[in-house]
Amino acid sequence: MKGFIRSLQVALWFMFLTFPIMVIKVDIVEKTVQWRWMNLVYVGIGSFVLSFVWRFLMEKKNKGIKAREESRDEKLSFIQKILTEPRYNRPLFLGLLLFVLVFPWMFSTYQTNIMISALLYVVLGLGLNIVVGLAGLLDLGYVAFYAVGAYAYALLNYHFHLGFWTVLPIGGLLAAIFGILLGIPVLRLRGDYLAIVTLGFGEIIRLVLENWDEFSFGPSGISNIPRPGFFGLHLTVEQATIYIYYLVVIMSLITIFVVNRLQNSRLGRAWLALREDEIACEAMGIDRMKTKLAAFALGATWAGFAGVIFAAKTTFINPASFTFMESAIILSIVVLGGMGSIPGVILAAFLMILLPEYLRAFSQYRMLLFGASMVLVMVFRPQGLIPNVRRKYLYGQKQGVR
Amino acid sequence: MLPILEVKDLCMDFGGLRALDHINLEVFSDQIVALIGPNGAGKTTFFNCVTGIYEPTHGDILVLSRDDGQRKRINGLKPNKITELGLARTFQNIRLFPNMTVLENVMIGRHTRTRSWIFGALFRDKKTVQEEQETVEVSYNILKKLQLEKYVNEIASNLPYGAQRRLEIARALAAEPSLLLLDEPAAGMNPKETKQLEELILQIKEQERVSILLIEHDMKLVMNISEMVYVVEYGRLLAKGSPREIKEDERVIKAYLGEDHDA
Ligand SMILES: Nc1ncnc2c1ncn2[C@@H]1O[C@H](COP(=O)(O)OP(=O)(O)O)[C@@H](O)[C@H]1O
Ligand SMILES: [Mg+2]
Repeated sequence: MKGFIRSLQVALWFMFLTFPIMVIKVDIVEKTVQWRWMNLVYVGIGSFVLSFVWRFLMEKKNKGIKAREESRDEKLSFIQKILTEPRYNRPLFLGLLLFVLVFPWMFSTYQTNIMISALLYVVLGLGLNIVVGLAGLLDLGYVAFYAVGAYAYALLNYHFHLGFWTVLPIGGLLAAIFGILLGIPVLRLRGDYLAIVTLGFGEIIRLVLENWDEFSFGPSGISNIPRPGFFGLHLTVEQATIYIYYLVVIMSLITIFVVNRLQNSRLGRAWLALREDEIACEAMGIDRMKTKLAAFALGATWAGFAGVIFAAKTTFINPASFTFMESAIILSIVVLGGMGSIPGVILAAFLMILLPEYLRAFSQYRMLLFGASMVLVMVFRPQGLIPNVRRKYLYGQKQGVR
Repeated sequence: MLPILEVKDLCMDFGGLRALDHINLEVFSDQIVALIGPNGAGKTTFFNCVTGIYEPTHGDILVLSRDDGQRKRINGLKPNKITELGLARTFQNIRLFPNMTVLENVMIGRHTRTRSWIFGALFRDKKTVQEEQETVEVSYNILKKLQLEKYVNEIASNLPYGAQRRLEIARALAAEPSLLLLDEPAAGMNPKETKQLEELILQIKEQERVSILLIEHDMKLVMNISEMVYVVEYGRLLAKGSPREIKEDERVIKAYLGEDHDA
């Protein structure tokens, strides 16, 4: 009952606040004032319902926290259980893989293209996950490395006619070098300072690309970038799309494999420790600089690869593809999915890329929905959609690593 | 015999505040040395200087390297380098890796004893696999020694307080140090737990052949296990001697023991 009254108050307050913009409409041409009372009703009902739902969820959340504190041991969520038990996850993964493999034959080129984007973001998300999710370094300029990869292919191809397959490793390597170059000066910084400097770095790269016409052809960008070659065969656009699709699938699988291995290694543990407590980390003998640089370099590498593929896919790039917005989306994928959680990041990448595509009807409200869902996730699932599960090791007669 | 740790004329200034004022201290191998003194005396600051978290303003810190037995001056060396030389520590205000499992916390302690890097992580060559296996085994055995094995896969922050303190010691031991620095390990423990800790420390010293430098307020614990006690007050060394000598030292009784401890 108390909640009911509170929600009523909230509704009244909102009706009052939005009154001038939602209800009164002044027509300057006819010099009349329209009173749209219905809007007032909508605002009232809407804010009442929202406030009520919010309150309900908050209560549930608080109860949940209390319950968890009482029971002490962490309960795995339903999804986590499915993902960690081989009995369930094997068929699930196989099914997913099968679906991914037949996808381009079941859907149109347009759909396949969207899938390619989504998978590229999986790669980007997992790459940034190394830096942000594992090592805990808040990097807001990740898109710079994506740009490095894309421009590496475009320019090397333009000037030296290097093919896709030659540039793919070069792009990754160049991005890694840029990662280290960015890493060295910002190593001492933490948290928000690091975020601001990396944000600046991302913008600098973009501004250079935009203004250095002789080098990067400025805002007009570079077009006619060739698609990846397939043993010298000529492919139609549809065939090329399918080809790139499989390429990205393989790339995603490699990324998943690599990030998974990194995560469960001496280096991966050092990253996690760095994220948790830098002072204790150094006291345990971990070289902070070296470990952070490894994170920056390895994270950037994937953005470099993704950039090369992106350039080959779109055949045209310009600096507008590499704005801060991109960094923000990739970061949201990592945060939304769950820091350090591979399945979480994959799920979030698909949600973030596919939902806006299929909800074009709401395109005006895209940013609004985007922001609102971020806030909701952060309030109710601060660990992300699929929180990272710490690895369990087995002992006994068969001591050792599982 | 050279001491494992020799500190000469150590001074540490924070702006105008002199937190450490010409401190001299030695720890020999197989010794338990205690550092006592009232709150704010500069004990933790001393640890921070020795482990590289602060760079001392003046003086020398000399350490016998664990691996080659050479003596090195470690002033200004990074903490991780000092750990590599064979010093490992715990923190007064527990600094575990809260969201990692108990075992993982100890595995991090093995960092200086293992080598694998990016290549090993990606390709899992034979050496890396072996190293990982060894890391798990050694870490698990250390947990057993500290009676923490029932928590292996628990998240560290879920552990009871006393267990967290022991986990910090386990993590430090995983580095196989020649000198273990414990900053108030019994803080917040009840008398029973403190007694257990006492036995544990003695047992560790015997089994791991490690010297121990101990900061502690619990006089009974200090007097029972240490061979040498250093008393600091206002950053200055007030007295140094065996537990018996310290107990009878007029200045110490006046400055410290007399007030609230009647050990
Ligand atoms: N980082 C620091 N900056 C300024 N003053 C400090 C710092 N660390 C410790 N101090 C000061 O040094 C003195 C000794 O502190 P500390 O070593 O923590 O004492 P203890 O561990 O003996 O209780 C205190 O006066 C404290 O305020
Ligand atoms: Mg202290």
